[in-house]
Amino acid sequence: MLSLNARDFQLLLFVAAITMLAPIFLNPFPVDSSLAQFNGGYPDLMQRFVIFGIFAIGFNILFGLTGYLSFGHAAFLGAGSYAAIWMMKLLTMNIIPAIILSIIVAGLFSLAVGFISLRRSGIYFSILTLAFAQMSYSLAYSVLTPITGGETGLQPKLNDPRILDGELAAGETARANLFGLEMGSSYDLAVGGWVFTFNVGYYIAAICMLLAFYASIRIFRSPFGLMLRAVKSNQNRLGYTGVSTRPYTLAAFVISGMYAGVAGGLMVAMDTQAGAERMFWTASGEVVLMTILGGAGTLIGPVLGAGMIKYMENIISKINTTILEAWFAWAPDGLQDVLVSVIYPFVGKGWHLTLGLVFMLVVIFLPGGLMEGFEKIGGLFSRKKGKNSDSVAGSASPAAAE
Amino acid sequence: MEALILQVLNGLDKGSAYALIALGLTLIFGTLGVVNFAHGALFMIGAFCAVTLNRLLTLSHIVVDETQKDFLGNPLNVEVPYLYDFFGQAAGDVIIDWSVPISILVAIPVMMLIGVAMERGLIKHFYKRPHADQILVTFGLAIVLQEIIKYFYGANPIPTPAPSAFTGSFDFGAALGFDPNLIIYPYWRLVYFAFAAVIIGAVFAFLQFTTFGMVVRAGMQDRETVGLLGIHIDRRFTIMFGLAAAVAGLAGVMYTPINSPNYHMGMDFLVLSFVVVVVGGMGSLGGAVLAGFLLGVLESFASMGQVLEVLPGLNQVILYVVAIIVLLTRPRGLMGRRGVMED
Repeated sequence: MLSLNARDFQLLLFVAAITMLAPIFLNPFPVDSSLAQFNGGYPDLMQRFVIFGIFAIGFNILFGLTGYLSFGHAAFLGAGSYAAIWMMKLLTMNIIPAIILSIIVAGLFSLAVGFISLRRSGIYFSILTLAFAQMSYSLAYSVLTPITGGETGLQPKLNDPRILDGELAAGETARANLFGLEMGSSYDLAVGGWVFTFNVGYYIAAICMLLAFYASIRIFRSPFGLMLRAVKSNQNRLGYTGVSTRPYTLAAFVISGMYAGVAGGLMVAMDTQAGAERMFWTASGEVVLMTILGGAGTLIGPVLGAGMIKYMENIISKINTTILEAWFAWAPDGLQDVLVSVIYPFVGKGWHLTLGLVFMLVVIFLPGGLMEGFEKIGGLFSRKKGKNSDSVAGSASPAAAE
Repeated sequence: MEALILQVLNGLDKGSAYALIALGLTLIFGTLGVVNFAHGALFMIGAFCAVTLNRLLTLSHIVVDETQKDFLGNPLNVEVPYLYDFFGQAAGDVIIDWSVPISILVAIPVMMLIGVAMERGLIKHFYKRPHADQILVTFGLAIVLQEIIKYFYGANPIPTPAPSAFTGSFDFGAALGFDPNLIIYPYWRLVYFAFAAVIIGAVFAFLQFTTFGMVVRAGMQDRETVGLLGIHIDRRFTIMFGLAAAVAGLAGVMYTPINSPNYHMGMDFLVLSFVVVVVGGMGSLGGAVLAGFLLGVLESFASMGQVLEVLPGLNQVILYVVAIIVLLTRPRGLMGRRGVMED
């Protein structure tokens, strides 16, 4: 089906089912229960899951397949965001032209950066991409203020031209839409104590992610993808056989840049603003974390990693002492204080500490990311041990998610 | 002319910090072959050594002072540092005033210990892993260290003043025969530059003139052969890691009066230090120092008003532009050795 083999098609169907039903199963707790704060099924967070999922899928095409570790991918996301917001300011609030332009701009930008950076490999490549991204960030903050809005960033204003849209009625504000269907509108379904929110923006972003995911499966399975893996395993040997690797790595770089552009465009579509902080190198670091955490070189790992980090960012960071005290109310007073004070540094504002620790543990013990962890757990329960042994070295086996 | 001299001077103190961090990075890279993304965190921890010592020294207890009255006529409660009890008020004040330089003594053993613990506890296990894994695990470690500091010291910068003897500025112009007040330069920055020069000199002398340094240099050239000669090279490399951590820590300690330390200062410097290392040439100690000062001075030249008129925003991007040009024209950096990191 869709030119995929049976297993890939099943995987695609599985991901499609999960993304489509996410508003339901991400809200497993009734609204007024004490666990409701762990519900991840609100539109803002779900949109971020899929948008960063797209970003990480794209990054994985570069890092997972070719092994080139870029520390500057946020620059393309930022460029895509700026392109999208300008389209919304000048042409129309419809998101289609915005996203198309953001793909084009991010693609061209990554072509320029990749053309230069890919002259070097290894740590030099990482530093070059980092340098380009930091440069774009600094420029966006300072000199390019007329284009980027500097510190305030860009938002749609009332007096923007918006050639294709009609005049706004008095008191009306411009909202991002798809042929009139507003991104922010959503439908609440109340079942018993549960409330499920089905948001237009989320579904549009989710469909984009499914398309992106499909494209990534096709790339993984194509001769082109095989060539990229050859680059990762031994670039010298490829050179000796007379293959020039540059066009392949450059194509992978541009493709992953375009994925970042889609993510940037969607970000603007969901929340109509763009700022330079999206290009800061910590944002680039974040997508690296996502990809590694989930499993670089696997198909679904990056999406998983993106979801996990965004969930932690939004849910763990909300836990404060009051909530902790309520949880451990069952414990005797002394023990309760101890438990609260032991856990407190890892939640709330300290969630980065948890993230850092989890990330270190994954890099140390599970170089193949969470996907390798699942493989190992699966291996414990299956009898075919011989079959699993060849997919353990996660860095060398993009086959882990097959 | 005055403006040029002033910019050179301005560049030197930032360049000193770049050079010190880059020197440590290169030491670690040259000996152990590890790309240490947590090096900026070591710089930051060094700075917080100074903050901690300052806090410890000013630790006080409350004493009822009969000579001072509040507005109700009751005796006033005064906080008295414990130091006054030990050394008397005058000596105590001097010690508190000099807390930053004193921190150097504390920071050296602390940073050595942290460095050795880091190498033995974590990085040792990553020698056989790909460079990307080393980058990633030290990146994770940097996040963790940074968050631990943030938990204990908060997110705001903590001002830590230099000794009052160094608070003023030195009129460089007058000394060189220009008009007074044209080139003035804070004393502490001069101290920082001199300090950096001493540390860099000491590291080079240590490597050049001691037997230990000779063995380390031999190990950098050919680790296996040195090992075959019956020398326990790994232990010496571990000590070098501790030394590199101490260099980064000292750079941080002395930097506190220039810029109040906060938990992410290390990361801010790290990105630039990598640029410095790459420009200088991976694995070349001299290159790291040279590139550190060079880029520091270039950065301050680029922020001159006349330059910004022609090329606005140049000060923001000059380091990266230089790095890109150097990497593309001289792939091994300014003084890079053959065969280092050439995959």
